[in-house]
Amino acid sequence: MGISAPPADWFKAPSGTERAWIGLALLWCIVLTLAMPYWHFKGKQNSTGEAYAVEPAKFAARVQSFVASNKVDEKNGIPVVEAAPGGDAYLQAQMWTFYPILKFRKGQTYRLHISSTDIQHGFSLLPINMNFQVLPGYDHVLTITPTMTGDFPIICNEFCGIGHHQMTGKIIVTE
Amino acid sequence: MTTMDPTVEGAIAEPAGDSDVPKGNHLPGLSRICGTTGLTVDLTAQKFIQLNAVAAVVCLLIGGVAALLIALTRWPAVHLLPAEWYYRMVTLHGLSMLILWIIFFEIAVLYFAGTVLLKSRLASATAAWISYVMMVVGGGMVAVMVLTGKADVMFTSYAPLKAHQLYYLGVILFAVGTLIGVINFFATIYIAKRDKTYKGSVPLVVFGAITAAIIAVATLLHGAAIYIPTWLWALGVIPNMDPAVYRLVFWGLGHPSQQINVAAMVSVWYLLSAITVGGKVLNQGVSRVAFLFYILFINLASAHHLLVDPGVSAGWKIWNTSYAMYLAVLASMIHGYTVPASVEVALRKQGHDKGLFGWLGAAPWGNPGFSGFFLSLLIFGFIGGITGVTLGTEQINIIAHNTLRIPGHFHSTVVGGTTLAFMAVTYYVVPLIFRREFPLRAICKLQPFVFALGIAMISFGMSFAGSYGVSRRHWDIEFTGATHAAGYDASVHVWLAMVGIGGIVAFTGLLMYVLPVVGAVFFGKKIDGKMTPW
Repeated sequence: MGISAPPADWFKAPSGTERAWIGLALLWCIVLTLAMPYWHFKGKQNSTGEAYAVEPAKFAARVQSFVASNKVDEKNGIPVVEAAPGGDAYLQAQMWTFYPILKFRKGQTYRLHISSTDIQHGFSLLPINMNFQVLPGYDHVLTITPTMTGDFPIICNEFCGIGHHQMTGKIIVTE
Repeated sequence: MTTMDPTVEGAIAEPAGDSDVPKGNHLPGLSRICGTTGLTVDLTAQKFIQLNAVAAVVCLLIGGVAALLIALTRWPAVHLLPAEWYYRMVTLHGLSMLILWIIFFEIAVLYFAGTVLLKSRLASATAAWISYVMMVVGGGMVAVMVLTGKADVMFTSYAPLKAHQLYYLGVILFAVGTLIGVINFFATIYIAKRDKTYKGSVPLVVFGAITAAIIAVATLLHGAAIYIPTWLWALGVIPNMDPAVYRLVFWGLGHPSQQINVAAMVSVWYLLSAITVGGKVLNQGVSRVAFLFYILFINLASAHHLLVDPGVSAGWKIWNTSYAMYLAVLASMIHGYTVPASVEVALRKQGHDKGLFGWLGAAPWGNPGFSGFFLSLLIFGFIGGITGVTLGTEQINIIAHNTLRIPGHFHSTVVGGTTLAFMAVTYYVVPLIFRREFPLRAICKLQPFVFALGIAMISFGMSFAGSYGVSRRHWDIEFTGATHAAGYDASVHVWLAMVGIGGIVAFTGLLMYVLPVVGAVFFGKKIDGKMTPW
């Protein structure tokens, strides 16, 4: 019984169904352990964590120069910016918006730089539901290839103060 | 279980000169023999078990009220609280449940396991007082800071989001108080061993409690490593907190602290299996090695929180979330087999031998100590285990991080698992340690089922809503007033309604626990001999 002292010779090898269960469970754990690296190379969607140190003010300046040289449109006073295929795109998270609106072409690959200029935020792309952490001081680089066209809202999913639930952004993907 | 005639309080438990049975080391007049179990209870330990358990239940009630308000806000048709109070309640709920309720209760479990099961006295009443007062003061400071709006930072308080410095100081005081309690437990084990109050190896439940205590020390040291610099930062002594380093070290505290809960919960499972059906451990070695796996490998689970973070490489992510991490999963899979097996073997021996599951049908489901423990096992194992292992996968985490799938997971482990197990053991703590009969026994017998149903609904509702991307810790699924329109699939309303209704059911189950407990402790009939069996 679990509440009384065990007999002196309590250390015994497992036997019977208990032994079989431990074997099965261990086997499954080994499968999972191997599946993790395997799927990193086989799977098409991974979080590489690629990041570079960046001062928030310097990141904001990069965003500004990206907007200035790539702006193609404006919606409600917010610039719509199209990155060159294969090139860099910048997205700035701050209380409480994602800036600017990004425009991508389907099937092209981009290096999307995301960082925050104030506190921690969460990049959550709807409705396909992809989520990444956004930290001030870290330029988080996602290599992305849009496979669908349409308007995709970005929402913040890391609590960032009272306006958190109003923090959104947008990515437009065209042919 | 040993049966002994109940004797008067303070009498020496063992007949003099009997060299076969180890003697207790209790101070004269400071112990009693339990009339129901025949175990010797140290009266100092008893007092602190009571004090910590009472504080735990008070925190559970506070956290429960916050939980109900949160659930009714996340239910879009009700959307009860204004945004500011919603976020405040999420912060309060996380702290009062995950930290205050569970840790107060765990200190009570440690004091019980270290003294009653080892026939020892508590090492130090002074240390127990210091620990308790620090925990109460620290917990109180945290609650006041949150409720006065000076710490709207969530349970995680991710820097550079900043709270009032007294909030961090409150957490530190609580943690140091806990550490003193844990050290007092180790000191108790030491004097029990020194005074030879037990023979051979410690009982399995004590072994599990020691496991929890060892993980607690490691966890609390991580806590110091993150909360002390953060406190100094809030005071202006340290200019900057690196957000990635904060997250790494914080989860060195945040995840292992849940493993204290797991180890304590599994110990309570073994305890209740023994008490309610006379469950016998199949293989002591297997169960103990499984506990050992928790100590060695579980800290790796912390890496799951950083799976979509910048700054940690893919190699780091894969390495830390595969290999030995799964040995901790293996440990839970072993306990998930050995605990119900101990129940099965005991019930079959008692003659309930019909078919494959005849023993389960014949189990004492009317005993809330049993039903609570077994439902805890089922919810933790099936819902909690499966969701936990899937969420810890690199790719799945991309579609789950910070969505409601995360709280959907941990409500089935920490609430459906640990909290329900602690509730179940309370049905014995009150009659055996407080020595009061439960009033409203019909309500008690129903309570585990109601609470389990509510938690299962919350967990499912959150998990399914989260799979559509619905964010956790988020006030408005309509994004009213946002710069860019956003929203979710309409079906999430159904899942969030399930969270709301589940919240009402679970809160009802919580009241069905708290009210009889309070009724018993303050107004229950005193027990002099044996407790009325459930």
